[in-house]
Amino acid sequence: MTTVLAIAWKEVRDGLRNRWVLATTLLMAALALGLAFLGAAPTGSNVAASRLAVTVVSLASLTIFLVPLIALLLAYDALVGEIERGTMLLLLAYPVARWEIVAGKFLGHAALIAIATGVGYGVAAAAVAYAAPGTGAEDWQAMGALIASSILLGAVFLSIGYLLSGLVRERATAAGLAIAVWLVFVLLYDLGLLGYLAATEGKGVSAETFGWLLLLNPADAFRLFNLTGLEGVRQFSGMAGASGQAPVSPFALMAALLAWVLVPLLLAQAVFHRRQL
Amino acid sequence: MKEADAVILDGLTKRYGDRTVVHGVTLALAAGERLALLGHNGAGKTTLMKMMLGLVRPDGGEVRVLGRDPAEAAADVRRSVGFLPESVAFYEAMTGWETLRFYARVKRRPAEECRALLARVGLADAAGRRVGTYSKGMRQRLGLAQALLGAPRLLLLDEPTTGLDPELRQSFYGIIAELKAQGTAVLLSSHLLTELEERTDHIAIMNQGHLVGLGTLGDLREQAGLPVRFRLRVVNGDAATVADHFGALVFERVPGEVGPACPARDKMDVLRAIAGLGDRVADVEVVPPSLDDVYASFTGRPLSEGAPA
Ligand SMILES: Nc1ncnc2c1ncn2[C@@H]1O[C@H](COP(=O)(O)OP(=O)(O)OP(=O)(O)O)[C@@H](O)[C@H]1O
Ligand SMILES: [Mg+2]
Repeated sequence: MTTVLAIAWKEVRDGLRNRWVLATTLLMAALALGLAFLGAAPTGSNVAASRLAVTVVSLASLTIFLVPLIALLLAYDALVGEIERGTMLLLLAYPVARWEIVAGKFLGHAALIAIATGVGYGVAAAAVAYAAPGTGAEDWQAMGALIASSILLGAVFLSIGYLLSGLVRERATAAGLAIAVWLVFVLLYDLGLLGYLAATEGKGVSAETFGWLLLLNPADAFRLFNLTGLEGVRQFSGMAGASGQAPVSPFALMAALLAWVLVPLLLAQAVFHRRQL
Repeated sequence: MKEADAVILDGLTKRYGDRTVVHGVTLALAAGERLALLGHNGAGKTTLMKMMLGLVRPDGGEVRVLGRDPAEAAADVRRSVGFLPESVAFYEAMTGWETLRFYARVKRRPAEECRALLARVGLADAAGRRVGTYSKGMRQRLGLAQALLGAPRLLLLDEPTTGLDPELRQSFYGIIAELKAQGTAVLLSSHLLTELEERTDHIAIMNQGHLVGLGTLGDLREQAGLPVRFRLRVVNGDAATVADHFGALVFERVPGEVGPACPARDKMDVLRAIAGLGDRVADVEVVPPSLDDVYASFTGRPLSEGAPA
């Protein structure tokens, strides 16, 4: 455990020192504030949802675009970059198990994402609650769930990033693959699904299959979790009708996200374990 | 070969694809012994060290480090081994102190040890600066410091002195001599036989993955069986007569000089013959085979040639 923590701490310190955390936190806070105050304006108060609940819905979309990208940028370089620069050779000559390296990096990078997301969104949430009183406990709960699940979504893409990083010979390849992964999960998957539904006039898949298809994409699982998870948000997100027959329960969505963290992470460890330097 | 040996290699073989880069290498390194691994670029020195660390899996033969198989007991073995990779790479953004602290944590060593080691390699003053700003010599010193963490029983130093100025090289070998006195086994690789004189106990010469020579410097000289050469300055340019005197021994002719050569064991006979020539010879110089010649006789080509194609 000492080793895992030493590696995690090194990653956190690197992130703090090269201002990665500062830049990412500022970016997330700025975008979150922008969405909270501009994006929510036209809806006014004719919807029975608090300002913060509205913000949660916009931030969920922001997370889906931004957090996977941030996580992949951190992770794609993690293994292949150290191998290429030669620092991995020395580290592996120490009494370190390879899983400890993967685990340490994961822990450190997840902490960086947690700081950026927690502070960035937290600031935005506090500002919204201050500007529009009447924020209930449930709204705060929704906000908390959004931040926690955003970190979880980041963890998913960290794991996928390590897998890429362990598989390829060169950093550039890992970078290319990371962009491809981002495009597929954040844009193309949904486009494909929509296109298929449109082509078959909605009869192509049953509600149940559709639920499963959403679980197969961590970004969709995340979206569904945040838009259907809490009553206040559901009202605003247009999922109110769907709630009764919500295809998947929040627990299943959480489980899907956790599986999306663990499976690629274990695969990354397995791939890295077999690799010769 | 004893179990007590720090390193035992027995018929060790490694293939990359269909290229065999280490061919059945057998050697042993005892505690407190310094062994130099000598060879051209691509001879397989680094690969050999990686196999001792369990970083690369052998395709044949056996490797035992401190009595254990490094592939199976990797963590135990590495706790007692220090490694300095060739052209060592560090995390550029960390200071020298943070770097050593990081490796010390991983090896479960206390902070005081880092302080002492930084002082020992002469980096105490630069410890607070980023490694990215370090010179080659400073990096190498930091590399040695991290290799010494935890008082290892075996040190693997891959080309530790390339790029060091003579003074630093001297102090490097000074530290290695101290370690020997403490019973640490040291394996170091190098391209230069000349540099190793008096500084290692045994020398192993590798050529394209084969171990082609093993022994002390004296052993290697003897095994090489290279001729001793003489350089005679002849009075009155009477070179032809003097040359005839040596007959088949004459090796090279420079105007005004005669250069016979003979096997090392006949050296005294030749010297007596030269003395018998009286005042026809004005000067004589005895030239033993150079270390570079010895090295070249094992690898089959001179040092100055590049890596194999
Ligand atoms: N990962 C690898 N894949 C394929 N070939 C490799 C690999 N690592 C080393 N080799 C080959 O193995 C041979 C021996 O390499 P090694 O690094 O052990 O040589 P070396 O004696 O350390 O050379 P140098 O003096 O240049 O450091 C070389 O021909 C090299 O190309
Ligand atoms: Mg080498």
